[in-house]
Amino acid sequence: MFKLEFWALLVGGIGSGFIYAMIAIGYTMVYGVLRLINFAHSEIFMAGGFASFFLLKATIGSTTPTGIMSVLYIILGILGGGIVGALLAMTLERVAYRPLRNRNAPKLAYLISAIGASYFLFNMAGKEFGRYNLSMVSPYVNHTVFTIYGAPVQMYYIIIFIAALIMLVTLDQLVAKTKLGRSIRSVAQDSETASLMGVDIDKTIALTFILGGFMGGAAGFLFGLNVGVVYTMGFTPAIKAFTAAVLGGIGNLRGAVIGGLILGVVESFSVAFVNGAYIDVVAFGILVLVLLFRPTGILGERIGRAA
Amino acid sequence: MNIFLKSKILKQLVATLMISFLVCVVTGPSGSPTAPASGFTGSFNNKSSFFGIFSAPRWTLFVFLGLLVYVSFRIKLKYSENVSSFTDKVLFIPRKISSNQSTRRVTIGALVVFSLILPKIVTDHFWQTVLVSQIAVYVLLALGLNVVTGFAGLLDLGFVAFYAVGAYATAWATGSLPLPALFGIHIDPFFAIPVAIGFAMIAGIILGIPTLRLRGDYLAIVTLGFGEIITLFANNLYGITGGALGSNQIPHFAINIGPVKYAWGLAPVPYYYLTLVFVVLFIIIFSSLEHSRVGRSWTAIREDEVAAESVGINPLKYKVMAFAIGAASAGFAGVITAAQSNFINPASFTLYVSINVLVLVIFGGMGSIAGVVFGAVFIQAVSMYLIHTPPSGYQSQDLYIYIGALLVVMMIFRPGGLIPAKRRGRSTVHAKVQVTEGS
Repeated sequence: MFKLEFWALLVGGIGSGFIYAMIAIGYTMVYGVLRLINFAHSEIFMAGGFASFFLLKATIGSTTPTGIMSVLYIILGILGGGIVGALLAMTLERVAYRPLRNRNAPKLAYLISAIGASYFLFNMAGKEFGRYNLSMVSPYVNHTVFTIYGAPVQMYYIIIFIAALIMLVTLDQLVAKTKLGRSIRSVAQDSETASLMGVDIDKTIALTFILGGFMGGAAGFLFGLNVGVVYTMGFTPAIKAFTAAVLGGIGNLRGAVIGGLILGVVESFSVAFVNGAYIDVVAFGILVLVLLFRPTGILGERIGRAA
Repeated sequence: MNIFLKSKILKQLVATLMISFLVCVVTGPSGSPTAPASGFTGSFNNKSSFFGIFSAPRWTLFVFLGLLVYVSFRIKLKYSENVSSFTDKVLFIPRKISSNQSTRRVTIGALVVFSLILPKIVTDHFWQTVLVSQIAVYVLLALGLNVVTGFAGLLDLGFVAFYAVGAYATAWATGSLPLPALFGIHIDPFFAIPVAIGFAMIAGIILGIPTLRLRGDYLAIVTLGFGEIITLFANNLYGITGGALGSNQIPHFAINIGPVKYAWGLAPVPYYYLTLVFVVLFIIIFSSLEHSRVGRSWTAIREDEVAAESVGINPLKYKVMAFAIGAASAGFAGVITAAQSNFINPASFTLYVSINVLVLVIFGGMGSIAGVVFGAVFIQAVSMYLIHTPPSGYQSQDLYIYIGALLVVMMIFRPGGLIPAKRRGRSTVHAKVQVTEGS
C-alpha cells in the first residue's frame, strides 16, 4: 500500500515537475539576459494553452484521436501552443519592455509594466474566450500504460516525460552549442562587450523571449491536456515555476529543470503531510526559505554560463 | 521591403493601425468558448453609429479615430518642437499650485470644503455608497501603498493582506467570527479601530522582517504569494475566519459613552464623514513623515540602497517601518469596509484589490500624496461609473483589461504619474546616470 502511494505520488510529482521546469526555463532565460523577472510569463503559458485548445478543436474536433493521429495530436498541440507562446513573448518584449530598456528605466518600472501586461492579457483572454474552464481532456490521455508496484502510470505522464525531455535537451544543446546560443550567453555575461563584438542585443533579447515563450506555451498545452484551460490558469503554475527557477539557481538552465523536478516531487509528497487546501503554501514556503537562506539556489546563479 | 521597414512614417502608421485594432477589440463585445472568434469578428464587423450621423462597421471608426489622433500629432509636431510641451504645461498646473504657499492653502481649503459638502451634491444612494466603500476606502489603501511603493520604493503586490487583516480584526473584536474575541468581550467596531490598525501594523512587521531582506523583484513575487496565502487561509480556516462565507454580522459603528450617543446605521453618509476625518488625518501624518528624517531615509533607500546603508541608514528597519505605517491606513480601510457593509468574506480580499490599488498609486504619481488621492478618486469614480451604467458589451471584469493596459502605458509614457512627486530621482523617472549593469 505504502509502495503504491509512493510511486503514484512520485510519477505525479515528476509530471508536474517537468511542467514547472518548462515554465521556469522562460523565467531563467529572461532573467539571464535582462536581470528581470518576466511577470507576464504566466500569461504566455495561458496563451499557449488556449492556442492549442482552439487549434485542436478546429483540426481534430471532439473525436478521440487514435493510432498515429494521437501522436500528431500531441505534436500539433505542442507546436501550436509553443508558437503562439513565442509570438506573444516576442510582442510582449517589444511593447512592454523595449521602450523601458531604451530609456534605461529602473527595475521597478519593468515590474509594474510586466504586471500590467499580465493583467491585460489574462483578462483579455477571459473576455474573448469566456471565463469557464474549457476541458481538452481526451480519454486516451488517462489510459494506464503500465504500473509500477501497482501504481498506474497514465498516458498523460508518458507524453509529458517524452515531450519535456526532448524539448529541454534540444534547448540545452541549442544554447550550449549553436551560434544563437552563444549570442544569448554573451549578452547574459556582459551585454555591452557583446554589443561591441557585433552581437545584436535587441535581436538576442527577442530570441531569448521567443525560446522561453515557446517552452512556456508548450507547457501550457501539456498542462491543459490534463486539467483543461481557463483564463486564470497561469497564475499558480507560474509562481511555482518561478520558485523552481530560484530553487535551481536563477539564470541557470539546468538548474531550472532540477528545481522544477524537485519542487514537483516535494509538492506531490507533501500531500501526505499537508491538508490538500494548503498545497500551494508548500511551494511558496520553499520559495521564501530558498530566497532567505540560499538565494543563489542549488546549482548557483550562473548567468552567462547557461549550461 | 527594406524601405518599408526603414520609413519612419510607415512604421508609425502601422503602429497606429495596430493600436486602433487593439482598442477596437478591447472595447468590443465578448466572445464565448463555443465561438471563440465571435468576440473578434463582432468587434470588427458590428455596426456602430458615429454620433448618430452615419453607421459603419466598428473597425472603420477606430481606424478613423486612430488616424485622426496620429495626424493631429504629426501636425502638432510640425508646428511645435515638442508634442509633450502642451501636455507638460497642463500637467504642471498642480506643481505650480503646490509651489506657491497661498494658492496651495486656498486649494487645500477649497478641496476640504468640497469634500464636506459632497454628500449634499451627490444624493443618489448608489453614489453615496460608492463614495465610502469604493472611493474613500481606496483613497486610504492608495495612501498606504504610496508609503510602501512611493516613498520607500518597495513593490508590494500583496497589499490586500493588510486590508484583510484590518477587516478580519474588526470582525474578531466585535465577536462576529467563529474565533471568540479576547476574554469574550465584544467591543463596538468604533473602538475596534485601534485594534484593527494595531493588528495591521503588526502584520506589516511580521510580513516585513523576513521578506524585506529580499531584492526588489523577489519582494514583489513574495508579497504576491503572501497576498494569495492570506486569502487561502481566510477561505480554509473555518474555525477562525468562518471560511468562504466569512462573517455577516459585524455591527455598525455606534458610540455610547455617557451623554455622547451616536449610531452610524445603514446610511452611507455618516461613514463618509468618519472616513474623511481619517483620510485627512492620514494625509497629515504621511506628508509630515515624508518630510521627516524617516521620509528622507526612505527616499535614500529607494534611490540607492547601498549608498543609504553606507551613510548609516539601516535599510531593513526603515523598510519594515514603511510596511507597518502603510499597513495602518489599509487596516483602517478594513474597519470601514467591515462596519459599513456588515459583511466580509475572502472574496473581497483578492489579488485584484492589490493590483487595483497599485494602479491608483501609479496613475496619480508614486510618492505624491496629492497625485495618489487624485488617482484614487478619479479611477475609482470612472470604474464605478462603468459598473453603474455599463456601455454595451462591457462586463465588470473587463475593468482589469483597462487597468493592466494603463499600468503599461503609464510606465512607458509617464512613469512619474499624472502629478509626479517633487523629490524623485531615477527610481521611476528617466535614468540620469547611465546604468550599465544588467541592461
